[in-house]
Amino acid sequence: MQKVAVYRTEHFNAAHRLHNPAFDDATNDKLFGKCNNPHFHGHNYELIVKLIGEPEKDTGYVYDLKKLSDLIRKEVLHRFDHKNLNLDVPEFKELNPTAENIAITIYRILRPLIEDHLDLQVRLYETERNFVEYPA
Amino acid sequence: MVYLTRLEHFNAAHKLYNPAWSKERNEAVFGDCANENWHGHNFNLYVTVKGTPDQDSGFVMDAKHLSRLIKEHVIEKLDHKNLNLDIDFLSGKICSTENLVVEIWKQLQPHLPVNITLHSLKLYETPRIYVEYFGE
Repeated sequence: MQKVAVYRTEHFNAAHRLHNPAFDDATNDKLFGKCNNPHFHGHNYELIVKLIGEPEKDTGYVYDLKKLSDLIRKEVLHRFDHKNLNLDVPEFKELNPTAENIAITIYRILRPLIEDHLDLQVRLYETERNFVEYPA
Repeated sequence: MVYLTRLEHFNAAHKLYNPAWSKERNEAVFGDCANENWHGHNFNLYVTVKGTPDQDSGFVMDAKHLSRLIKEHVIEKLDHKNLNLDIDFLSGKICSTENLVVEIWKQLQPHLPVNITLHSLKLYETPRIYVEYFGE
């Protein structure tokens, strides 16, 4: 077994707000602070997709990174970039678009599209200093 | 003369949209940035001042003091806001990075100590796109 991790970095710019409709305004403000602004705010998200597997005998690749890039662009960036995550992306209609939930959502989009024998992990930077990984 | 730079950052939503134009023309000129539901960025702001180092402190200006002035007069007004909707000094203006940097100058410059000259502002909208303004 010679497992190798390969990574592709992509980025998208989006607006969002953190809000739980089950709570009143005061509770939302207390929980989410500035991130609860009803007019939204936004980020430059940096997305790192990690695949782990053995290099294929014929190509030497774990996964063709150009293919991975095309897949991320088509399935994720095309739907998230220059969008309002709360209003424009159906997955967040009833799911708070925290970095955690965005990472889980991206994982769920990509997982069925990548061969089962490859492990997938998503790292998402919301800012240079705040980032999440899924699965943990 | 020595130049001192302080980096601050804020996260905000905006859209590029000229209300005098049709939706189609806005989309033709501004592309994805015209999304009516907004998108957003992590903005990085580099503020450069110039002056002669003080004989006693060795400072052009206390960088912590500069940071406080930028935070009070710029960051607290812009961070986690919608630039088009929430900012009085951007009202009626197209929220391009170019227009934003000029307005930030107007907000900050009057509050600097009298012996300090504001030399330049550098505003990054993404890691790959930035504007510079020298007050000219």
